[in-house]
Amino acid sequence: MACSFEKEGAFNPTKSRIKVFNFHAEGRMVPYTCTQCAEAWCQHACPVDAIRLGETGAKEVVDVLCVGCKVCTIACPFGTINYNTSAGVVVKCDLCGGDPECAKACPTGAITYVDADWTGLERMRGYADKTAAEQPQA
Amino acid sequence: MGWHGKILRVDLSKGECKTEDLNKEWAQSYLGQRGLATKYLCEETDPKVDPLSPKNKLIFATGPLTGSMASTGGRYSVITKGPLTGCIACSNSGGYWGAELKFAGWDMVILEGKSKKPVYLFISDDEATLLPAGDLWGKTVWETEPAIKAQLQDPQIKISSIGRAGENGVLYAAVMNDLHRAAGRSGVGAVMGSKNLKAIAVRGTKGDKPNDPKAFMKAVDAGNKVLAENPVTGEGLPTFGTQVLMNVINEIGAMPTRNWREVQFEGAAQISGEAMREPRKSDGKANLVANNACFGCTIACGRISKMDEEHFTVKTRPEYWNASGGVEYEAAWALGSNTGVDDLEVLTFANFICNEDGFDPISFGSTVSAAMELYEMGAITKKDTGGIELTFGSAEALCTLAELTAKGEGFGKEIGLGSKRLCKKYGHPDLSMTVKGQEFPAYDARGIQGMGLTYATSNRGACHLRGYTVASEVLGIPEKTDPLETEGKAGLVKAFQDATAVVDSSGLCVFTTFAWSMEDIQPQIQAACEGDWSVDDLMLMGERIWNLERKYNLAAGMTAKDDTLPKRLLKEAGKTGPAKGKVNELGKMLPEYYELRGWTEEGVPTNKTLDRLTL
Repeated sequence: MACSFEKEGAFNPTKSRIKVFNFHAEGRMVPYTCTQCAEAWCQHACPVDAIRLGETGAKEVVDVLCVGCKVCTIACPFGTINYNTSAGVVVKCDLCGGDPECAKACPTGAITYVDADWTGLERMRGYADKTAAEQPQA
Repeated sequence: MGWHGKILRVDLSKGECKTEDLNKEWAQSYLGQRGLATKYLCEETDPKVDPLSPKNKLIFATGPLTGSMASTGGRYSVITKGPLTGCIACSNSGGYWGAELKFAGWDMVILEGKSKKPVYLFISDDEATLLPAGDLWGKTVWETEPAIKAQLQDPQIKISSIGRAGENGVLYAAVMNDLHRAAGRSGVGAVMGSKNLKAIAVRGTKGDKPNDPKAFMKAVDAGNKVLAENPVTGEGLPTFGTQVLMNVINEIGAMPTRNWREVQFEGAAQISGEAMREPRKSDGKANLVANNACFGCTIACGRISKMDEEHFTVKTRPEYWNASGGVEYEAAWALGSNTGVDDLEVLTFANFICNEDGFDPISFGSTVSAAMELYEMGAITKKDTGGIELTFGSAEALCTLAELTAKGEGFGKEIGLGSKRLCKKYGHPDLSMTVKGQEFPAYDARGIQGMGLTYATSNRGACHLRGYTVASEVLGIPEKTDPLETEGKAGLVKAFQDATAVVDSSGLCVFTTFAWSMEDIQPQIQAACEGDWSVDDLMLMGERIWNLERKYNLAAGMTAKDDTLPKRLLKEAGKTGPAKGKVNELGKMLPEYYELRGWTEEGVPTNKTLDRLTL
């Protein structure tokens, strides 16, 4: 809701750039949005060069340039760029200029905004910890 | 915006859907959801109507904060005349359905008459259509939801439906949404079934806007902070769910056990919130998989459980091996300590059945426990039960009866009518632990005196969600009162009842009030809605709603004689714990309560009171 409120001025999950999937049988929920690929296929596919690299590293849609052809929605392997029927252009996550509303609104820390260079750190630490535990004590 | 200003009126007899403007004047006096729908019901129906006849109406209503970013702002209520009680029924549910209805652009749906054939209602933004449900009739909630999504080719549709219990006239059948959220009490699902309405499927893409967005987000942020920092809403409820109460209430001797013969349960620890998190001996996994939030909620008290696949109840039935809604405190108590069953897996299974086929585990468990007492006394025999050995503590009996009740077969048919009718039939009406025909929830009124008054005066029959004085008497919210004392309880009950009526009319969840006072709620309503709203206005509105419900019940034939408790609570003292030797002293509290309410000694609002409340 925070996303749609920021971007569309209304509480409207259908217009949100981030979606939450409910894997009911396992009892898990997973939020999903644009991965901001380094080699962004949406950007390559755009015939009018309407997807630009922003200051935060986000691929941003320039609304006035977008002609609504939807080619980028086919190019995206993750389905995270979508056509907004009421606006006539595509919409995607732009990281809110470096201060994303979804992360601010999340009460449990399930969504965080972290530097892309450091995303592997926790997993590395976890694995190192496991390795340390497996080492035979001298 | 608060309200869309639009309601959907569906004449099921004629098969017609019509759009109507919301009565804005009423919205200013009754806010939404519980209050506003009650106003509509009172204006449009005769309180003496047979609840299961086509003349009764069924209203699904949102509040002005439903579908907003206010924490817990996803609630809706189902309002009708209840078949279990003959009183006004108003049951409230979370999940995602309420917000979806709001996003589709509607404040309320009023259903009238009775369809000739089974139908379901599909609302897609502005369009509403009645579709045939012949192939869905006879299906459970868990079958109905995916079937409708597949039929309409849209996995994002949200569905509110009844299971077989609602179809079969179980008098405490629930309306279910999102598989395991329930408008659970008083039999609103039976009314839906009587109208041949299987489900309401909604897809909403229009969204919702507060009247003053900037002020609203500020109020929401402030509210969220209060919830996060409060030990109950910030820690206790997310960690243990409502089950955080099991051990607490047992310790203070207010845990009704074996049809309220005892006030403490020796097996409480095994079925508690703590036990749900412990690895099971059988398979090393915990019953609890995750906690779960309803729409927009930052508390997330919901339980998602997974059963032990080797457990005798599900060993050959893999359809119950998936994660689903786990036991809340009320279900754990009613299915557990009240029947003497202390196996958490059994309770989880019975609770799954209640969700799957849509019926209230409180009323069901309590009716089974009454039947168990009658069986042990010899008033019910194996001939009546169809061979079921109905002793306290029998897990097999509990599980068998859950399935028979859902299907409307055998002795399940009698269990489906509730404990009042059952105990009367077998000659011991005193053993029905009910008020106005509705079964008690999980707080013994001998150990928590204020709850006795809450139960006796509740407008929908025995209920904890109409005035939860446990908050004060046990948890010390907003301030601690002695649970064994009666002094001051009349005022406490009235204050809780009025405040709760406001929360239930707003779109918020009553659990926020563990942390929020009306001062925290008021700025959110003020920013979301048109018009001026003060704390005093809101409290007066709560009192107005309470009195309107009271007027409805009086017109339906209730009298002050119905504001009472079963003999067991008034005469038989608690046997153990802090409440040992105590009975509930309702007689000391009730006259003061009537006076504070501005009612006569016969429990009727005086003209002066009605004028003050503009009723």
